[in-house]
Amino acid sequence: MKRIGIDVGGTNTDAVLVEGGRVAGAVKAPTTADVTGGILDALARLAATGCVGPAGVDAVMIGTTHFINAVVQRRHLAKVGALRIGLPASASLPPFCDWPEDLAAIVRGHVAMVEGGHEYDGRPFMPLDRAAIRREAAAMRTAGIRSVAVSSIFSPLDPSHEHEAAEILRAGIPDVAVTLSSDLGRIGLLERENAGLLNAALADLARDTISAFGAAIAASGLSAPLYITQNDGTVVGAAEAMRLPVYSFASGATNSMRGAAYLSGLPDAMVADVGGTTTDFGELRHGFPREANNVVLIGGVRTLFRMPDLLSIGLGGGSHVAPDGSAVGPVSVGYRLTEEARVFGGAQLTTTDLGVAAGLLALGRPGGAAGIDPAVRARAFARIRAMLEESLDRTKTEAGDVVLLAVGGGAFLVPDALDGVSRVVRVPNGDCANAVGAAIAQVSGEVDRIFRDVSREEALAEAREIATARAVASGADPATVAVVDSEDIPIAYLPGNARRIRLRCVGDIAPGP
Amino acid sequence: MREITLDEIESLAVGAWVLGTGGGGSPYLGLLNMRRLYREGHRVVLVAAEDLADDDWVAAVSNMGAPLVGQERLTDSRTIARAVSYMEEHRRTKFRAVMALEIGGGNALQPLMAAAHLGIPVVDADMMGRAYPEAQMTSVAVGDLRPCPLATVDCRGLEAIVETVPSWTWMERVSRRICVEYGSIASTCKAPRTGREVKEWGILGTTTKAVAIGRAVRDAQARHEDPVAAILAVEPGRVLFRGKVADVERRTTEGFLRGEVTVAGIDADRGAVARLAFQNEWVVIWRDGEPVCMTPDLICVLDSVSGEAVGTETIRYGQRVTIIALPPPPVFQTPKGLDHVGPRAFGYDLEYRAVVP
Repeated sequence: MKRIGIDVGGTNTDAVLVEGGRVAGAVKAPTTADVTGGILDALARLAATGCVGPAGVDAVMIGTTHFINAVVQRRHLAKVGALRIGLPASASLPPFCDWPEDLAAIVRGHVAMVEGGHEYDGRPFMPLDRAAIRREAAAMRTAGIRSVAVSSIFSPLDPSHEHEAAEILRAGIPDVAVTLSSDLGRIGLLERENAGLLNAALADLARDTISAFGAAIAASGLSAPLYITQNDGTVVGAAEAMRLPVYSFASGATNSMRGAAYLSGLPDAMVADVGGTTTDFGELRHGFPREANNVVLIGGVRTLFRMPDLLSIGLGGGSHVAPDGSAVGPVSVGYRLTEEARVFGGAQLTTTDLGVAAGLLALGRPGGAAGIDPAVRARAFARIRAMLEESLDRTKTEAGDVVLLAVGGGAFLVPDALDGVSRVVRVPNGDCANAVGAAIAQVSGEVDRIFRDVSREEALAEAREIATARAVASGADPATVAVVDSEDIPIAYLPGNARRIRLRCVGDIAPGP
Repeated sequence: MREITLDEIESLAVGAWVLGTGGGGSPYLGLLNMRRLYREGHRVVLVAAEDLADDDWVAAVSNMGAPLVGQERLTDSRTIARAVSYMEEHRRTKFRAVMALEIGGGNALQPLMAAAHLGIPVVDADMMGRAYPEAQMTSVAVGDLRPCPLATVDCRGLEAIVETVPSWTWMERVSRRICVEYGSIASTCKAPRTGREVKEWGILGTTTKAVAIGRAVRDAQARHEDPVAAILAVEPGRVLFRGKVADVERRTTEGFLRGEVTVAGIDADRGAVARLAFQNEWVVIWRDGEPVCMTPDLICVLDSVSGEAVGTETIRYGQRVTIIALPPPPVFQTPKGLDHVGPRAFGYDLEYRAVVP
């Protein structure tokens, strides 16, 4: 089994070949504005190591921090139309009501609330106001909206009003991208709607980015199928990932944590993944990221995803450094590091320049960091250390010193001694931990169906069997398949003890022949 | 009598959720309404029960129904204010203040929302000291005070008064039918109470108590200390179980959310299994088949990391939880109190024994 894992970060594109349980090759290339160039470059460098030919690769798995970076940095986000179906209920808490104002100001294109939706038992709450949706579609079209998030009360139980609204929107707005909250799952209108709004804001970026992934793989001559990694460490096909980019939100972080565990052989530790733009802090337990228990804040927005419990801060290898060294980040030069950083002849002082000046890494033109004042450097490193220590402390769930795995291309920013840390561990290929995590991503099997005329226990057992069989059909090793999510809602208005069950299994990819 | 700050309301939301014992609905949506109302310039004044005149009229308010429904039909501050106005119109009498029926869960914030619109104070008291699912499960019902009339409001323009019933259980049956027809959620103004009745039968100081619990949790979170320990430092309770949710069975029936949750033990409880039954709120917890805590004791399921409460409508597979017990208001530990809210009132033939003596 040969798999290529690729991580497309804001600054670097990393590629690894994992074969027979070991890393056979690992390379780094700068991320390019078109994404494709960086991937092609990385794949060419990987091929140049001699570890891989175009034949014999079973799968290419790509993970990316593009989407979460877009939200954290408030960049490349589409203006979104919000259509909530459920008046006259909930009117005092309209869509975006609990968003941070700066993010809402960017994403909020048009907010509409109309009558409709369902009751908990499947009865209609109000008749769907189709005329109002047609009017709102026209207003959105006039406002130039091309992406709409639709949410309807109790749509996880009965999504028909959302589906009908989507049809009306598609008829009224040419080429509109529609996100339905019922595709994002759970009961909890506000959180489900928020996830939908974020997804809609990422519509253009997801289409462009994932198309670029496909183009790069095709141009490289690889014939292996392309998978995109998701928040929970599993993969989906490109079309599905394009439709629901929020599910790939935190995949970069999940991948680096799983990759760090794989590379270090340490299943329990704290992880600091220092990329080019952000640093993610998380905790490994039994080789998996500790999951967020409840509500997850993404860029300050409440959602209810199954996500690693992470703290993300704007500190990375490309972070801007104030001229006097007093402030670091959150803005990053990102993939323009090789043009804008001082060591590459640019004008912007970055953390990479500090690293070169301190002799922590060799990069750019000889003597490129010569002009940096040692006092500025010391002040900036003190600031970085304080940022790391504070974030680690916030991530800890119990007092006491911890082992810290420092991974990612910017790991040179992590000093060997930190308050609250017993030992800082760096691993070979640690700068490509995220690509390794992508290569070892798991596969899943899911079922979402109404079961009737059986007891709850029988229905759950049957759902487990179906989901397991689907995971195995996708390549999972049956011995490793486990249930990771299970939710069932009785549907009182249907006869026969009807119950809607959503159940999800994941497993490691079975070793190849 | 003093103005309650928005920061106190933030703490109230956290503390009330703990006292909700799994039910009462998450206070988050009420908090969002309060943030908006304070942003618009509304303010709410808190008054001690002792400061009420004996003949003042007080409106006890709550959102009635299944918590799950409240996650989809989001609470609107105007609906609860309407329930109070509706009762005033019906009785042609103005209220001096509003108070909470239950301090547990989102209903802790309902009187504040009504008060913000109506410009009258909120009494620092409630009638449960926690959350309970049924109308007769209150201190005023234990005190045999008059159960009617009751005003119910739905945002679609549905309004009804239950004018006369002979008992609290009849009030529960009749108003529950209305609530179910409304979609298992209704904004209600309960039987009006006099200042004298509030002073005699109310559970006093519970708004302040919820604020204190919430502040303890928020402070512990800010200092990265154990928030569960922080709660037990301000309230005399104890830890019952720590574990990971292994199964959730939920059904919405007769206007309630009922079901069972199974928790597999971790840490000191590894190998043991806890089972919790709920009817909107946690009712009984068994450890390996043995009942270890039951109503009227407060069974609180908390997120092991954040210390925040986990509701019966949102608890889900894989969550790591710490389950604690807190003592109930003494009025519910009397024989009459146990008739109303003891384990047998929920259909469990168990002998109540207080966990916290």
